[in-house]
Amino acid sequence: MLVISQVSKRYGDAPALAPTDLQVPSGESLVLIGPSGCGKSTLLRLIAGLIQPDSGTITFEGTRLSSENILQIRQRMGYVIQEGGLFPHLTVRDNVTVMARYLHRDASWIDCRINELAQLARLPEEMMSRFPAELSGGQRQRVSLMRALMLDPDLLLLDEPLGALDPMIRYELQQELKAIFGQLGKTVIMVTHDIAEAAFFGQTLVLMRDGHIVQAGPFKELAQTPAEPFVEQFITAQREPMAQLVEALR
Amino acid sequence: MKAKQRIGVMLLGFCALLVNTVVSAEAPVSITVGSKGFTESVILGEMLRHLARQTGIEAHHQRQLGGTRVLWNALLSGEIDAYPEYTGTLLQEILVKENLQTEAELKQALTERGLRMTSPLGFNNTYAIGMKAELAERLKLRTISDLKNHPELVLGFGSEFMDRADGWPGLQQGYQLPQQNVRGLDHDLAYRGIESGTLHVTDLYATDAEIAYYKLRALEDDLNYFPVYNAVILYRADVEQRAPEVAAMFNRLAGRIDAPTMSRMNAQVKLNGEPESAVAAGFLKQAFNLDVDYQIQSAWQRFWQHTGEHLVLVGISLSAAILFAVPLGILAARRERLGPIVLGVAGILQTIPSLALFVFMIPLLGIGGPPAIMALFLYSLLPIIRNTYAGLKDIPPAIVESAQALGLPSRARLRIVELPLATRAILAGIKTSAVINVGTAALSALIGAGGYGQPILTGIRLDDIGLILQGAIPAAVLALLVQGLFELIERGLLPKGLRIQTSEVKSAS
Ligand SMILES: Nc1ncnc2c1ncn2[C@@H]1O[C@H](COP(=O)(O)OP(=O)(O)OP(=O)(O)O)[C@@H](O)[C@H]1O
Ligand SMILES: [Mg+2]
Repeated sequence: MLVISQVSKRYGDAPALAPTDLQVPSGESLVLIGPSGCGKSTLLRLIAGLIQPDSGTITFEGTRLSSENILQIRQRMGYVIQEGGLFPHLTVRDNVTVMARYLHRDASWIDCRINELAQLARLPEEMMSRFPAELSGGQRQRVSLMRALMLDPDLLLLDEPLGALDPMIRYELQQELKAIFGQLGKTVIMVTHDIAEAAFFGQTLVLMRDGHIVQAGPFKELAQTPAEPFVEQFITAQREPMAQLVEALR
Repeated sequence: MKAKQRIGVMLLGFCALLVNTVVSAEAPVSITVGSKGFTESVILGEMLRHLARQTGIEAHHQRQLGGTRVLWNALLSGEIDAYPEYTGTLLQEILVKENLQTEAELKQALTERGLRMTSPLGFNNTYAIGMKAELAERLKLRTISDLKNHPELVLGFGSEFMDRADGWPGLQQGYQLPQQNVRGLDHDLAYRGIESGTLHVTDLYATDAEIAYYKLRALEDDLNYFPVYNAVILYRADVEQRAPEVAAMFNRLAGRIDAPTMSRMNAQVKLNGEPESAVAAGFLKQAFNLDVDYQIQSAWQRFWQHTGEHLVLVGISLSAAILFAVPLGILAARRERLGPIVLGVAGILQTIPSLALFVFMIPLLGIGGPPAIMALFLYSLLPIIRNTYAGLKDIPPAIVESAQALGLPSRARLRIVELPLATRAILAGIKTSAVINVGTAALSALIGAGGYGQPILTGIRLDDIGLILQGAIPAAVLALLVQGLFELIERGLLPKGLRIQTSEVKSAS
């Protein structure tokens, strides 16, 4: 269980996140959604302890995050950052296993685990010794995901894991990801721009604007009982072009 | 990092020691003489070395050090025991604040500083006015005053003499000279003009090699217009205790070298290309019937010696710079507050003209290898610090962030992720430093550390392009070799994943 209470963050004078409360029960998939710059990545960074909140507290499985315990706690979180963030000088295998090796995990355990993950992410064996520069965008995303899953974390933080992919691959990966999450039963917090993707993944959708949570709940709830006109606008703005296309084809 | 620093200091100290012993092997009693960067001084320096060795004592000669101040300070601090100097320089330059008038006062001032001075050697190397001996004979010119009767003579002076208040303007007034046809021109051109007869009178130093070569006569300064620059030998008073027979030898030179003799010796070296050592020995044989055995190094021996010296200078200073600058660069990148300070200090060091930096080191470390190595070390820091800093700062934030998000502690992030990614930048900085270092090391010869600067200095002094190239070409080649070496190291160190990226970018563009 992740509990965020009255957490806020500002950069200089500009507030990036207003004081915010949010609870994510274990095993739940939660999707953060909202326009660009609304504070989605900021919230994820706060949870991963990469930036410090100006106010409020974050509690993970009963432990309050602090600079003393953050390195330990991060081993129980898998974080796929927005740009992928693979280390260009390390092979796929080394990228995925870097932290396990740092912790001196058993070599056979590491081998076993990486094979498991490769199967899960459907990454062919021969890719393991390649460098990130030698992979396609979709393959890189999968390696990032494998790296995040390596230490079998309790919480997965995914910042637009499918951003910058072409629609076909994106669709394919959506299916795969959902299957993976289903298999693993982990707590997932995922960021996306895309309302359809959010509805596809999230048990709970959290719609944000200008550093505030506007509404949180299942997609149905947001669509049927919008808390503000903005919620309706945000949903229809993404549906409209598709509706127009369908109209044009008739 | 602390351990690395300690190793660096130890290395530096050890190597400084090594250089020190190489440069001035510390025998029970040994005498080190110095000389200034012009031929006359080097010949006299060789003479002193020969004389000291005649007494059976080990003697060394730090040739052509970079200027009066360097020698004076080296003498005061005991780095050298003796060097040839001029009374005019002592009175008008070194001790000008004391406002000394007589030779006795000068001797007193020197004694207070623990120094001794021989009586004048016999020549006064001041400005002189000279002309063809034959023409002077024909016109019956002996003194400068005699020029008054010959307004038709054409005068040509070096531009410095032309402009200085105590040069031509003062001379003309002092002697009331009537000549109208006066030109400022390059000194070498003046000699040629004299030779061809288009010029009749020029300024000289009283012992210039050219006086003998062009058969000139220096006109007597009958009104004592020019200050007196009597050559003397300065030596430390403690030489009289440590090696009294050496002090006695030095004093034997007093009154034995007149201006024509000195001028002839200068010509032997400058115009005939004879080694200073041989010329000095020849004089001692003639004047005192001393048989001096001396060795002239072959060109190859000299080359290897200079190469060895240069490699030691570069090798130690560059290794130490790498050991210090990389951690400093990391520190600058990691500590927001410290960064600008470290970069600022290193930047200021870099703005100090390299020559000045060498001279600044003398009071701290004396002359020879250690101060040169320290100066080169300081000079090599900035490019490495700056590139290490930039290399670390330029790592995309996404990569730094994912390393953090994995839970890697700060040191592990540096070792596993950040330093490998900054390799190329750091090595580029080291390469820049290495090339600067090899070039700047040539200046070390000015403070007695040898290296490829030695033949360059000698070449400049003797106006010998061949000699200059003997230093300049190996220095350039060494710079290329060092750069090539680091290119090889880069090939070994640069992570393979980074090489793929560049090759793809290259093939894409
Ligand atoms: N390091 C920073 N310094 C200053 N401002 C920042 C910084 N990081 C983010 N911001 C600002 O904070 C606000 C929220 O940024 P955040 O990255 O959380 O947005 P986002 O919702 O993830 O947007 P996107 O969908 O485009 O990724 C933005 O206005 C952004 O400009
Ligand atoms: Mg974002």
